[in-house]
Amino acid sequence: MIAHAIFFYFFSVIAVISAIMVTVSKNTVHSVFFLILDFISISCLFIMIGAEFLGMIMLIVYVGAVAVLFLFVVMMLNVAQQKNQWFISKESSGHIPVGLVISVIIFFELIIVIGGWKHKPELFNPTNLSITKELTNTHSLGQVLYTDYIHVFQISGMILLIAMIGAIVLTFRQREGVKKQSYLKQISRERTEGVEVLEVASNKGVKIDD
Amino acid sequence: MIEIGLGHYLTLGAVIFSIGIIGIFLNRKNIIVILMSIELILLAVNINLVSFSIYLGDLSGQVFTLFILTVAAAEAAIGLAIIVVYFRNSGTIRVEEIDKLKG
Repeated sequence: MIAHAIFFYFFSVIAVISAIMVTVSKNTVHSVFFLILDFISISCLFIMIGAEFLGMIMLIVYVGAVAVLFLFVVMMLNVAQQKNQWFISKESSGHIPVGLVISVIIFFELIIVIGGWKHKPELFNPTNLSITKELTNTHSLGQVLYTDYIHVFQISGMILLIAMIGAIVLTFRQREGVKKQSYLKQISRERTEGVEVLEVASNKGVKIDD
Repeated sequence: MIEIGLGHYLTLGAVIFSIGIIGIFLNRKNIIVILMSIELILLAVNINLVSFSIYLGDLSGQVFTLFILTVAAAEAAIGLAIIVVYFRNSGTIRVEEIDKLKG
């Protein structure tokens, strides 16, 4: 139990500090790195409380794909140093107090809700999705994911497909003056336009116009 | 303090959620960091869902966390594609200068 507390405070302090660093870091590349650290520590928390499949999925999806995508875009757009003076700039300074006030109000509302929340087991109907000790987390998730939630699962696959198509369509562009291989032109070429049979007279040679 | 319960995880989720909202307001220079703040908010939601799922002993929270993960990945991909196209067309992604809609 004490180990649980120690690990919880360790990972959550790292997560909160890196979340703050994501927002206030001057360099965008550093922000992405702190975002990666945040995801890693939260997924360690997930693994610690027993949702190990989700922890590993978060490592794969967020750290392996999303954060690297962010890193690619940040480095491609070359905006790493654009963020230097957000406290000095005049027109932006009006947003900061409003944002702070709204965030603090939301935080205290959430804290009030959490503090006043009580778990009454008699009001909570256990469904057939209850967590059992016999099966591992991955096993039980796999059992419900392809049976009870199959339609939602298929729809999420469709969402990913649409996102992929959308990203490709958005960023696709045809450049001018780039030489490309055209398969259609190549395979639709006829013999008559490629070669020509000439009658060559002796000692005269052939004049090829090129 | 030593006994870690559901409230600790929910508080962690609330803290990260608020930091994400602060990030959206605070950051007026770079729209990529706003996308990252949205990712932080989704992460806080995931923390809430997973901790409720574990402490109430019901698996459906984790299933929905999986779907939130899917939607977050799709959203990041589309958002970054839009940012790349905007940067290609206008040469800047500073939030102050994105005012074509005059909003």
